[in-house]
Amino acid sequence: MSSQDIPEEHLPSAQGDTHTSAVTKPAGDPFADPGLPPHEHRVQDIDERAAKRSERAVAFLFLLSMVATVGFIASYVSIPVDKNIYVFPIGHISALNFSLGLTLGVALFCIGAGAVHWARTLMSDVEVADERHAIAAEPEVKAKVLADFAAGAEESAFGRRKLIRNTMFGALALVPLSGVVLLRDLGPLPGTKLRKTAWSEGKMLINQNTNQPLRPEDIQVGSLTFAMPEGLKEEDHDFQKEIAKAALMIVRLRPENIKDKKELDWSADGIVAFSKICTHVGCPISLYEQQTHHVLCPCHQSTFDLSDGGRVIFGPAGHALPQLRIKVNDKGYLEAMGDFAEPVGPAFWERG
Amino acid sequence: MKKLSARRRHPLAAVVVLLFALAVTGGLYAAFAPADTAKADDTAAQSLAIEEGKKLYSVGCASCHGTGGQGTTDGPSLVGVGASAVDFQVGTGRMPLQQQGAQAPKKKAIYDQAEIDQLAAYIASLGAGPSVPSKDQYSPDGADIAKGGELFRTNCAQCHNFTGKGGALSNGKFAPSLEDVNPKHIYEAMQTGPQNMPSFPDTTMSEKNKKDIIAYLDTVNSSKSQSPGGLELGGLGPVSEGLFAWIFGLGALIVVAIWVAARTAKAKKS
Repeated sequence: MSSQDIPEEHLPSAQGDTHTSAVTKPAGDPFADPGLPPHEHRVQDIDERAAKRSERAVAFLFLLSMVATVGFIASYVSIPVDKNIYVFPIGHISALNFSLGLTLGVALFCIGAGAVHWARTLMSDVEVADERHAIAAEPEVKAKVLADFAAGAEESAFGRRKLIRNTMFGALALVPLSGVVLLRDLGPLPGTKLRKTAWSEGKMLINQNTNQPLRPEDIQVGSLTFAMPEGLKEEDHDFQKEIAKAALMIVRLRPENIKDKKELDWSADGIVAFSKICTHVGCPISLYEQQTHHVLCPCHQSTFDLSDGGRVIFGPAGHALPQLRIKVNDKGYLEAMGDFAEPVGPAFWERG
Repeated sequence: MKKLSARRRHPLAAVVVLLFALAVTGGLYAAFAPADTAKADDTAAQSLAIEEGKKLYSVGCASCHGTGGQGTTDGPSLVGVGASAVDFQVGTGRMPLQQQGAQAPKKKAIYDQAEIDQLAAYIASLGAGPSVPSKDQYSPDGADIAKGGELFRTNCAQCHNFTGKGGALSNGKFAPSLEDVNPKHIYEAMQTGPQNMPSFPDTTMSEKNKKDIIAYLDTVNSSKSQSPGGLELGGLGPVSEGLFAWIFGLGALIVVAIWVAARTAKAKKS
């Protein structure tokens, strides 16, 4: 608001001395507690019919909740799990999911809405003032408590019977040991589990799609294949545990495109086998771009260059992707020449 | 049978056998001869298609891929990519490219199917490559959907998302959504590995595997597939779902709380 908006007579210059004379000293303390405003009644406090209406509304909400709960049980019992219906804004949805959610939602909402309506219209809303009291206890109460404590200590002979006192200290000190011993269940230490995978010398590379051993001629430049070690079966009890470390992706590069000499040495006719586990936090990575030979991890965007020894070219990963050394055996199948030379997956304390 | 073998020494037996043999030979000839003429027609039609395709190629493709499909700095060589790659790239409108970029996006197809077939015939004549799959190769009928899901999660889900909704790659590249993509094009993409997608040749992913994958996608990600969860919110996972719950769920609760508190229960409205 600019000064133009203020009428002339309200400007300080125009008011002059009338201002000072108009100020009257307020009677008493100007900052005194004004107290509570007068209590205002609700319709329901005055009109018994309105109160009855409110009561019926609350009861109706609670009854609706009961009906919805019965509806929940009825839908659970009667609606088949694979039935689909069309509901306007949501689209196609499982009839069971929809009715369970709807009835449970209505049942819970009506209890809440009923309780709020009850509290707002029928429960007493008269303001109540409660004065605060000093927190400190009276001096004589304090003195009595301290005296009682001293008397109790004296009667327990805590200071006199040193044997009891010392053994009690010992017992209390030993109890937490049970908790410490339970930490043993975090073990046993992993041993070499983080360093070894299911790969070993002479194990053939099995195609995960067909469960057949891979031949070098199966793998074309630009293709992507996933392999597991020979002898690992999907029905095996420890399949998930083993494949989590042994998962392998196989691509074929033209030998002249391989920049890293070790990678070329460890390949078979340009077929390179890399661990599928990101060295950052162990996500499975296989977002392979066949023109750039880059592999992207979907979790934190670490990017590895498969034509340059699995080198990290972007992102938080700290180690190159481990490569598995492979060769073509005399039957014409691809086989591993040993385990990965370094631990696969994320780094750990003793990794070195 | 016994009657027949009893008369095998009848004077007319040789004549009957001879007549029978002649009828069979004639019948076989009648059955196969038209096929031969059709084949000859096919070859003629084929070379005509290659001629036509070459003309289309010189106009629409040669500026980037070179006059003989040998490739230039603007486009890769097309020798040996096969008819399947042409059918995919031109059939989905990715080629001809509008402008150089991170990757060629799907757009309205410029050539009709007859022209695409001619282009494909020409490119296939440059070098051996995968041919366009037939309908019974890519049709989802009779495939194992559960196995297809397993294969999809092993081979495809890392880029295309678990139900084929697509996802981001590096430097502006992305894996497109597979929703309502023609099964033929899905098959061709697996076969040829367009752009940065790796290929999944029949040697490592059998024809049956590909059919299973197409059947899986047809079940979970097509206009007729049904989602038991209702509103999918793009099927992108916890980010969109969480955002929806925080904004609309919590927002609705706040609105209700404000509405309750804003209305006074007093008889005298102030």
